[in-house]
Amino acid sequence: MKKKLVLIGNGMAGVWAVEQLLKLAPNQYEVTVFGSEPHPNYNRILLSSVLAGDAKIDDIVINDWNWYKENGVTLHAGHTVTKIDTERKSVSTASGITAEYDDLIIATGSLPFMLPLPGADKEGVIAFRDINDCNTMIETAKNYKKAIVIGGGLLGLEAARGLLNLNMDVSVVHIFKDLMERQLDQTASQMLRKELEKQGMNFLLEKNTDSILGKKRVTGVKFKDGSVVDADLVVMAVGIKPNVQLAKDSGLEVNRGIVVNDYLETSIPHVYSVGECAEHRGIAYGLVAPLYEQGNELAKRLAGVPSAGYQGSVVSTKLKVSGVDVFSAGQFTDAEDTASVRVQDDFEGVYKKVVIKDGKVIGAVLFGDTSDGSRLFKMIREGEDVTGKEKQILLGEGSGGGAKSGVDYVASMADSEIVCGCNGVSKGTILNAISEKGCTSVNEIKACTKASGSCGGCKPLVADLLALALGADGVQTVKEGICGCTEHSRDEVVEAIRSMRLTSSKEVMNVLEWKTEEGCSKCRPALNYYLGMAWPEEHEEERESRFVNERNHANIQKDGTYSVVPRIYGGVTSPAELKRIAEVAEKFDVPMVKFTGGQRLDLLGVKKEDLPKMWAELDMPSGYAYGKALRTVKTCVGSTFCRFGTQDSIQMGIDLEKRFERLNTPAKVKLAVSGCPRNCAESTIKDFGVIAIDGGWELYVGGNGGVKVRASELLCKVKTEEEVQEWAGAFLQYYREAAKWNERTSEWVSRVGLESIKEALASEEERKALNERIDKTLSLTTDPWKEIIEKDELRATFEELQAPALETVAD
Amino acid sequence: MKRVVVGHSSEVTERRSRIVHVDGVEIAIFKLTGGKLRAIENLCPHKNGKLSEGIVCDHHVFCPLHDWKINLNDGLVQEPDEGCVRTYSVEVEEATGNIILLVEQGSSLAS
Repeated sequence: MKKKLVLIGNGMAGVWAVEQLLKLAPNQYEVTVFGSEPHPNYNRILLSSVLAGDAKIDDIVINDWNWYKENGVTLHAGHTVTKIDTERKSVSTASGITAEYDDLIIATGSLPFMLPLPGADKEGVIAFRDINDCNTMIETAKNYKKAIVIGGGLLGLEAARGLLNLNMDVSVVHIFKDLMERQLDQTASQMLRKELEKQGMNFLLEKNTDSILGKKRVTGVKFKDGSVVDADLVVMAVGIKPNVQLAKDSGLEVNRGIVVNDYLETSIPHVYSVGECAEHRGIAYGLVAPLYEQGNELAKRLAGVPSAGYQGSVVSTKLKVSGVDVFSAGQFTDAEDTASVRVQDDFEGVYKKVVIKDGKVIGAVLFGDTSDGSRLFKMIREGEDVTGKEKQILLGEGSGGGAKSGVDYVASMADSEIVCGCNGVSKGTILNAISEKGCTSVNEIKACTKASGSCGGCKPLVADLLALALGADGVQTVKEGICGCTEHSRDEVVEAIRSMRLTSSKEVMNVLEWKTEEGCSKCRPALNYYLGMAWPEEHEEERESRFVNERNHANIQKDGTYSVVPRIYGGVTSPAELKRIAEVAEKFDVPMVKFTGGQRLDLLGVKKEDLPKMWAELDMPSGYAYGKALRTVKTCVGSTFCRFGTQDSIQMGIDLEKRFERLNTPAKVKLAVSGCPRNCAESTIKDFGVIAIDGGWELYVGGNGGVKVRASELLCKVKTEEEVQEWAGAFLQYYREAAKWNERTSEWVSRVGLESIKEALASEEERKALNERIDKTLSLTTDPWKEIIEKDELRATFEELQAPALETVAD
Repeated sequence: MKRVVVGHSSEVTERRSRIVHVDGVEIAIFKLTGGKLRAIENLCPHKNGKLSEGIVCDHHVFCPLHDWKINLNDGLVQEPDEGCVRTYSVEVEEATGNIILLVEQGSSLAS
């Protein structure tokens, strides 16, 4: 037996939710939809195009009559539900139709806000909300000339533009000085007004309407200052309010909108609400993106698909107002604690502003050219730290020269120029993939060409190429999972591992519905890491999910041989140890012996089958020169010998290396300890760097001397060796728990911002807990070389199978 | 065809591989989840990577050098890369558990 689902409101939000539900659970519900308007579900946002004459009503229908039929959805169009009986679980309409439900969705949307002015009930006074209003305007324009639009917001300006197209004289009345003050700052607003005036719109700004004049039909509008303007048509577009009367009458908790939780559940069981009528965490949204997001979450809820629920939306506005592109997002007005970067070009009619607070982009306004919109919106949502490159946000890399957006930049590249340096993919190859193979997202291009598939550094360029080739609207933004096998993000995966106590990759893939049977070379090692991090005792190491280097505990070289780097704590060795290394190198004919950048010795060109024997003879622990793990702790001489040294940096380095050796981390981790601010151990380009000062230690984090040089940032200053250990342990464990697999501390610190890390480590209690967890993990590690030497079955995997000589087995 | 005994099934772990040289050719023998074996020449057509060291996912292996994905059933390199790796028939003899590799007689293998 199918359950019965009733949807009240045949609009965009509700029908979207049903559509998603039918995709997730096609056979679970029998669906009945009630809608007041006698039309199938249409795109309300495009009403202005109908008015502007760019589209017919049929063109803006989203789900036509057939869709309802084909999906077995019963539609009662033109019937308004007037009663909900939440006890008997049924709804009924004024026209006498009754329907029972197991689950009910209220998606009654919003109502235009009609100013309660004297005379507002006269003929010729309308709102701008539905197809009916559109038709009235079109009819009126045939016989009348003068129109007044009350409201200088988005809706009002769209109505005004439509009326201009219908050859009416249009004046827009606005209570404030600036148009669209909720979406634009003053500069953008003034540019918009100039443009619209050029198109023929009149503006009556800072005007308060007093009353509407006329007998039966409107003849004019009177303002509070006493002035009067003639009018044959008055369109009120001052705003919308959630349509909640029915919900209120039915006993649901209602504030401004119908109150819902993260799962879109109202205060009464089995009654849900989405869209403009719903209020989530105090916000009733009036834009389309949040409605879709709510619909997706509700569909998951009804289909029984586990999810974290709806978390609210950061909204952006990207529109065309009378042919002018406008974009805004976040907090875009200047305040005392914000700073902004602006570009204004009155000749081209382009204006861009980015508002920055505490090193992060928190808002943006674009006028005339909105091609940077999606990039900026992403920065706002992700809260990336942009300290030091504020100008590049708008002006591009190497700013100061020509101001170029990303798209302009890629447009200026030659076809043969390499976009993806890792995989050698040129601009031409990517454009080809777009035109020939129909790629419309960064992911598809990655699958087709490998561009952005390795280090990911060129992803923004690939995105810009897509925008260049397809236009900003043609680019698909797909939710990106940790790899192509899933749409789940790192945080969702780790959350599932923790909350559901998943302890093997197989479980994770099953529970989170991986698209591939056994994952890929990206997700398998990542899952193995997350599982080991979350459940150090319960998770059984999955060797087959480790990259070759971490499985064989040596670094594979291009010819299939390996390199061997034994541990040399703090870079301090002894003559006896050096002799032993030299002898082993000679005995096994090692083709090259080289000092590494991390103060130790590398024996290169070793055959796989020789590895265990060499390790046994070296009798030294693995240096982990191959792993996503603690690599080296580089030290300078410090106070032991150096005349400038203020502290014993060598001992500090050795202590740190002895404590953290064998630690698995999201990506490789390098430490350094310098004995004085001359910083000879280069502590400021390390993941965790220590610099001794007179009477204490400075601790730096997030440095990198590799792919992308990044100077580390000062985490804190401490006095004692114990405190250095305490902070090192806490920082490393927090990194282990919070970063994405394969994300270096430099990328992680840039992404989340140093402040958030300082905050997380601020309390001594928290640092203690982190240290306990890291010490627990460390206590479970053993030296892998020793383990392989001692265990026959592990050692066997280094040896080749023996085939008898072919002649002897001929049959 | 010749049937060459190259080892025992228990010597290869699931989703791992072992290599064997048969007349000068290095062959990687993989065991898939469930126990089925696959054999291919241990040479990635891209830059001669040792496929035996790659991560095995269902019936594919990812080359450890540059992540090329190869279908172990037919040796075909998966998109967006192109190429082919030589495959061999391999089976487990039921009675003994021995790994039997089938090698063509008079082929380049024997030369």
